[in-house]
Amino acid sequence: MDETQRRDYWRRNLRLMAVLLTIWALVSFGAGIIFVEPLNNIEILGFPLGFWFAQQGSIITFVVLIAVYVWRMDKLDAEFGIDEYEEEVHHS
Amino acid sequence: MTDIQVWTLVFVLLTFGAYIYIAYASRVSTTSGFYVAGGGIPASANGAAIAADWMSAASFISMAGIVAFSSNGYAGSVYLMGWTGGYVLLALLLAPYLRKFGKYTIPDFVGDRYSESARMVAVVAAIVISFVYVAGQMSGVGVVFQRFLGVDAVQGVMIGMAIVFFYAVLGGMKGITWTQVAQYSVLIVAYLIPVVAISVKLTGMPVPQIGFGEILTQLDGLQQDLGFAAYTTAFTQETMLNMVLITAALMFGTAGLPHVIVRFYTARSVRAARFSALWALFFISLLYTSAPAIGAFSKLNFIDQIDGAAIGQTPGWFNTWADVGLITGTGGGAIEDLNGNGAIDYNGEASNEILVNNDIIVLAAPEIAGLPAPVVGLVAAGALAAALSTASGLLLVISSAVANDVYYKKINPQATEARQLLVGRIAMAGAIIIAGYLGINPPGFVAQVVALAFGLACASFFPVLVLGIFWKKTTAAGATAGLAAGLGTTLLYMVWTIDIYGNSDGIFSIPETGFGTIGMLINLVVTVVVSKFTKEPSPVMQELVEEIRYPGKTRLVAAHAEGHIEDVLPSEGSGPSAEGPAKP
Repeated sequence: MDETQRRDYWRRNLRLMAVLLTIWALVSFGAGIIFVEPLNNIEILGFPLGFWFAQQGSIITFVVLIAVYVWRMDKLDAEFGIDEYEEEVHHS
Repeated sequence: MTDIQVWTLVFVLLTFGAYIYIAYASRVSTTSGFYVAGGGIPASANGAAIAADWMSAASFISMAGIVAFSSNGYAGSVYLMGWTGGYVLLALLLAPYLRKFGKYTIPDFVGDRYSESARMVAVVAAIVISFVYVAGQMSGVGVVFQRFLGVDAVQGVMIGMAIVFFYAVLGGMKGITWTQVAQYSVLIVAYLIPVVAISVKLTGMPVPQIGFGEILTQLDGLQQDLGFAAYTTAFTQETMLNMVLITAALMFGTAGLPHVIVRFYTARSVRAARFSALWALFFISLLYTSAPAIGAFSKLNFIDQIDGAAIGQTPGWFNTWADVGLITGTGGGAIEDLNGNGAIDYNGEASNEILVNNDIIVLAAPEIAGLPAPVVGLVAAGALAAALSTASGLLLVISSAVANDVYYKKINPQATEARQLLVGRIAMAGAIIIAGYLGINPPGFVAQVVALAFGLACASFFPVLVLGIFWKKTTAAGATAGLAAGLGTTLLYMVWTIDIYGNSDGIFSIPETGFGTIGMLINLVVTVVVSKFTKEPSPVMQELVEEIRYPGKTRLVAAHAEGHIEDVLPSEGSGPSAEGPAKP
């Protein structure tokens, strides 16, 4: 990769990270803690919604966030011709 | 022998036999194999190993009890979110970059990126954090042997030590990783079978994550009737600010724990490191979304069977746990009928007559729900798998810190491969013996210190690692000052809020478990400010940091991994200096 490609790759990586980390904070600190009381007024399948985010929803979202990250980074790597699939490790 | 003991013995012998076989099949003969399994572990296996490594006796045995019994229910969410949310940070901010960087340990990264003094601070922090943890695992092994097989706790710990000794000393990271894959399978099956069975029994719904919702209204009502706060009500025990601070400390602490981070070095490539993080959190989430369900189900069953039960008519499981002192009277002694009504009173008011230890909830859940003996035995084997897998991962961090970061890097850089491997095995054996000793004679403060270890990891390692990757101009002086400031203030606050000094409320009532978040912010600010005022890192170092952002083979990282980075840019320097090879 040349200098421009590197900058482009890195900027797109950072943008993806920013989006995913915002969602990460919104479901856990947001829905699970700061807005838990208003959300608890909504009930789904017996769960007060805020409580559900704190004990189930945030964890499920975390898994999805990493899945999206892995998938998007795979696409980004392919787009920039980075191919390390066959690369063997080079530990000293 | 009772039925439960026979079944426990069967499952323990089967699983231990499997671990020994796997260890023998994956024995190693290189340092790379010993420290990082040759970097050749497939992502899904690595994910399962990370999950087993991460989920300790605390996750398996204690967490459901902490959520449902020592908190009203909601307040325990800090552990559920904190111990899983950290993986998002690991996956996005650390795993791919540390894998690209290569090498074996966290002190390796800190030492090569910053300075030799920072490396030594990292070695000490990694060893202390790991020993604190491992003591808890070993005593957990003792408890399981004692309760389920009637074996003396000391002998139980020794059996555990012997097993770990066999596969960790022989197989190093490779043996540990493949054994952990087996241990994950055992522990998750052992956890899910009773949860699903109890969920079906109580709600008719085989998915506990959904069945859980059906009993919440009933549980809320029951708890309020008994004078507890309702199960789902927020902020009855911790304020909103403290919930945020504790959750954050656990998340950032998770992302700074050496025994977790080191696992990403075992991945085949940067891409595999990302996938490892995904698999790891997926495997962990199976247990972490089930834990609050089994906690709630057990709370309901417990209240139902125990509150109001006539003295002398209590269920068998209740009596067994009372016999080993894990269900006691309110004073911690024998259960007394304080109000003389001839029945046990369990409630959130002054008339409460019993205390329940968090650690029994998962172990007792199958018995509380009246499930058959094989299930109880399976849960015992699962608890042992959780404790042993975490113990072996921690022991590897200790032995690699001693053999790689201290012996090879400091004492004898000319050591041959065989010599390093021998030192690694001796360090491992020594660490197992110390861990066993600590497990038999646990210092009284272990439980608290484990919780505090997260605060310390959060205030020390996390900012130094993330800034080291994302900000090329982070200097050695900045990182060392930040590390000292974050670790120092957090330690001081923890000591200062200990009861004996009478400051247990702390500043703004911030609990010591949440202060790590503040310590991390202090670390961050100090590192940035000092870095601004010190000479920026050499161009080679800045280029090296730049390169770890891009997967695939790059020039400096490859040279660095082979230990001759100074050959790449000969004009930049002449041989390794005291400040490390990359800082000519």
